[in-house]
Amino acid sequence: MPRKSRLHTPRPHSRPGDEPDFSYLETSPAGAVRRPDVNARVRDISHLSIDLVRVLDDAHQAVGPWHPHLDPHDLQVGLRHMVLTRIFDERMQRAQRSGKISFYMRSLGEEAVSVAQCMALRPGDMLFPSYRNQGLYMVRGKPLVDLMCQLLSNTRDMCKGRQLPVMYHWTAGRIFSISGNLTTQFPQAVGWAMAAAIKGEDDIAVSWIGEGSSAEADFHHAMLFASVYQAPVILNVVNNQWAISTFQGFAGGEQRSFAARGPGYGMAGIRVDGNDFLAVYAVTQWAAERARTGAGPTLIEHVTYRGAAHSTSDDPSRYRPKDDYEKWPLGDPVDRLKGYLIALGEWSEERHAALVKELEQHVTESWKEAVQYGALNEGPRLNRDLMFDDVFKEMPEHLRIQREQLRAERGG
Amino acid sequence: MPQMNMIQALNSAMDIMLGRDPNVVILGEDVGFFGGVFRVTDGLQRKYGEHRVLDTPIAEGAIVGAAIGMGVNGLRPVAEVQFADYIYPACDQIFSELARLRYRSAGEFWAPVTVRTPCGGGIRGGQTHSQSPEAIFTHVCGIKVVMPCNPYDAKGLLISSIEDDDPVVFFEPKRLYNGPFDGDPNKPAVPWSTHPKGEVPDGYYTVPIGKAEIVRKGAQLTIVTYGTMVYVCEAAARSLGLDAEIIDVRTMVPLDVDTICTSVKKTGRCLIAHEATRFSGFGAELSATIQEQCFWNLEAPIQRVAGWDTPYPHAFEWEYFPGPARVITGLKAVMEMP
Repeated sequence: MPRKSRLHTPRPHSRPGDEPDFSYLETSPAGAVRRPDVNARVRDISHLSIDLVRVLDDAHQAVGPWHPHLDPHDLQVGLRHMVLTRIFDERMQRAQRSGKISFYMRSLGEEAVSVAQCMALRPGDMLFPSYRNQGLYMVRGKPLVDLMCQLLSNTRDMCKGRQLPVMYHWTAGRIFSISGNLTTQFPQAVGWAMAAAIKGEDDIAVSWIGEGSSAEADFHHAMLFASVYQAPVILNVVNNQWAISTFQGFAGGEQRSFAARGPGYGMAGIRVDGNDFLAVYAVTQWAAERARTGAGPTLIEHVTYRGAAHSTSDDPSRYRPKDDYEKWPLGDPVDRLKGYLIALGEWSEERHAALVKELEQHVTESWKEAVQYGALNEGPRLNRDLMFDDVFKEMPEHLRIQREQLRAERGG
Repeated sequence: MPQMNMIQALNSAMDIMLGRDPNVVILGEDVGFFGGVFRVTDGLQRKYGEHRVLDTPIAEGAIVGAAIGMGVNGLRPVAEVQFADYIYPACDQIFSELARLRYRSAGEFWAPVTVRTPCGGGIRGGQTHSQSPEAIFTHVCGIKVVMPCNPYDAKGLLISSIEDDDPVVFFEPKRLYNGPFDGDPNKPAVPWSTHPKGEVPDGYYTVPIGKAEIVRKGAQLTIVTYGTMVYVCEAAARSLGLDAEIIDVRTMVPLDVDTICTSVKKTGRCLIAHEATRFSGFGAELSATIQEQCFWNLEAPIQRVAGWDTPYPHAFEWEYFPGPARVITGLKAVMEMP
């Protein structure tokens, strides 16, 4: 019988009610992946896009050539940022549930990606985040009150009430405005990096998308430009396994790693354990040096897990097992860094409990301050005239007229 | 008669067409196993299988491009773009390809693709989940543009769209999914079960593309509108005690000029309302057409009521939305009321 063509439908390994099954996940033992020179030729380092760079092993030891040998103090700072990110997310989720904010997106389980990467970069490097990169603002020191005011769309909202919650920006912190449309920031980051190279500056650009967003054409445009111009950029695909209800197989992750698209476009690709703070730090440091020294761009795939729902509008119990996250083979990024610090003798359960308490209090106090500046539906509100500003640098006549019409409509 | 909300009515239309025509396929992000983020395709993959209802990667350009290829190869695809705000990556495929394929091949190649997409604000969606880009599509020659405003029309028009051999972009005002909305966000939500157009036959029927509907007969003026604004205009006219003839355009391309202009010639006054931004909005086309055909019957300048010419701001949703106050201002102007 001749074989017939067929249409393949990717299917996740487990659905609601099933036992979580991560047998599809290919990993490497901690310490097993070779670390090449930062200026190695792409054709000589294709193993990096197939294997999984890991540093922390199951016994809380840091092993192998990617071990970044960070000072314990830096590790404690990293842990602090991750714990703060998680507490912030939990509180803001509750604020959404209580109706204070209209929408929220947690980064549960992915904290190491933003925190370790941002710590491995320089303050002058320009960040083009997605909507699940809260940790970047923690590392760069954005006051929580500022983030909360954006979430509340209140009188101190940096976006002047124009954006959905989570779509922050921070010029001074060199963090670009989040779009809300997927992957648009990827080619923009490449262009920013090209400009840095044109101007002879050694700041690099870094951008993040989810693996689902790698399906958008903008991903491919960005990869091509980054490779053609060897732009000083790090492009990150955060493979958290889920794009709302569709698992990573629908973005093309079934047949080949996302990192392998790097060599496919002629650039370095690294697949890293995204829940391993040390490994994420080390590969970012490697890629940043590579970019900064003219050796070209890198695509990093962070293998991690979206522990929470896509957003407060999503219900993952409809499409994946409830305990999927607990069974994720690469563990929890906070627990793993904490375990490592304890094994080093540089941390303890008591200190951790004290840290959690301190940061919870910090979040609570910040929230108390933020709501004083108003909320979407109560307290002081932004001046509605602001909605006509910034459409253009100078307001054209037709918008002036409309602003007057709105004033009349709303009683002056 | 069964009661349906707009989600159930749209679902029923696709269910019927999947059942009647083995060439009908549905594709889009989250539409299969999950049933769509608004549940419009709920249960269809379970019933018809993974080769009839396909989850896709997040790639709107590829969704429409692949739908064109499927259409050329004999299928009748219904593509979902999750929000109208996300349709722009697909625009090259829609504008340059889907719209012109029949023309450029002298009628030899064509793709009967329906692109469904939820539009409009009123759900706290901010600037990326609230847009009404219908006018952009009406400016492209070769695609039909449809926007129903109730469950009965939604089902009948979607079946017509799927059966149509020309491409259709089908806008679904998401604020109307669960009930009519008169523009006052502080009132309790009204379900479709309280509205006559929430009565939807279980079986096959069509509502023709290219036919407007007179929602309310009246003598004093004609209100030409569509989507969510149908209900806002009804409420505003009622609050002023006006005997308005209200026309739901339903299909922007091809436009039912006859129904609209017959009414305006009768009443002599016209207000046009849509949620989309005013400048180069579809109201401009309506206004120009009505002026050309009804100039000698008009007793006052045609008024346009629309969203402001800004992006849709999250915090100022109801200041942006052309609610009853803005419609009343327009009605007073066209009626020359103090």
